[in-house]
Amino acid sequence: MSAPVEAADHLDLLWVYLQQEPLLWLTATLAAYAIGHALHRAAGGSPLVNSVAVAIALLVAVLVVTGTSYATYFDGAQFVHFLLGPATVLLAVPLYRNFNRVRRLLVPMLAALLAGSVTAVVSAVAVAAALGGSRETLLSLAPKSATTPIAMGIAEGIGGLASLTATLVIITGIIGAMIVTPLLNALKVTDWAARGFAVGVASHGIGAARAFQVNQLAGTFAGIAMALNALLTALLVPLLVGWI
Amino acid sequence: MVHAILALLVCQLLGEVIVRAAGVPIPGPVLGTLLMLAALAALREVPDELNAVAGVLLSHLSLLFVPAGVGVMLHVARIKAEWLPLLVGLFVSTALTIAVTALVFFWVMRRMGLQETEQQP
Repeated sequence: MSAPVEAADHLDLLWVYLQQEPLLWLTATLAAYAIGHALHRAAGGSPLVNSVAVAIALLVAVLVVTGTSYATYFDGAQFVHFLLGPATVLLAVPLYRNFNRVRRLLVPMLAALLAGSVTAVVSAVAVAAALGGSRETLLSLAPKSATTPIAMGIAEGIGGLASLTATLVIITGIIGAMIVTPLLNALKVTDWAARGFAVGVASHGIGAARAFQVNQLAGTFAGIAMALNALLTALLVPLLVGWI
Repeated sequence: MVHAILALLVCQLLGEVIVRAAGVPIPGPVLGTLLMLAALAALREVPDELNAVAGVLLSHLSLLFVPAGVGVMLHVARIKAEWLPLLVGLFVSTALTIAVTALVFFWVMRRMGLQETEQQP
């Protein structure tokens, strides 16, 4: 009669083991992304089915259902998160390969960067403030177009909530990846460098990932835009923060 | 492969160390990118190993944002309370930023008489 109880104990121990090791949530992260990627492909590469959004929704559902905390999840997933740093350094590779093109387009790039970076910070804070956003929310929102680790650092420095900023950065990335193609088609901007650069400034690495899917040159310029905007946002936000 | 990964980590580490030691307001990984660029310029080519690592990591760049994105579950209460300013602010700002950046880029390029790079078909 004791067999079911023993089996339950066994499963309990298994769950305890899995909760303690990074293996489970690391695997779950990759599996969720693979499902997101498969759905994106099944939808004919439609930007509206975003792999990251699907993966996040699946993982949050699993964590809520199993009563797992974000801290436990992150213990496993941190190995993926860590790669953001080396991936940023890797942007030097497409940058070097396209150096001549980049040098030729330096003036339009820097003009677009300055205009885009200021727009990203000011418009987000202004719209959210007009709709009654709290001060902490506004401060966390300001660096949202910079890539995750950098935006988090900026938010911390100005009194925002770094973990809220991380969430807002990801949502910004997903929105940009979804709307960039129809938006720039409507505006009749056909140049791949301009298109890639725009989504890189607005939506950092998730925008760059979308750009790399569509066109190599667009991806390269998106990567450059992401690196430059990380730098400019870090300089700009502390200067503009006095106005918030 | 080992050399490429070592080079990446060394650039990132140097970036972080220099930024902190000198107190410059530049993000560590961005300085790391510049260091890597300088190294490639000195080598005058991209080593095959590094090309391979770049191919793998940059083609799945969006995967790396998933762990931070799952952090949305920590902020459900705030998002519920402030969904209007947050979502409208993010949407309007992202659309506006893409439009302004692309149009300024395109406009300056034309004003300077620069040729377009590659056209979208």
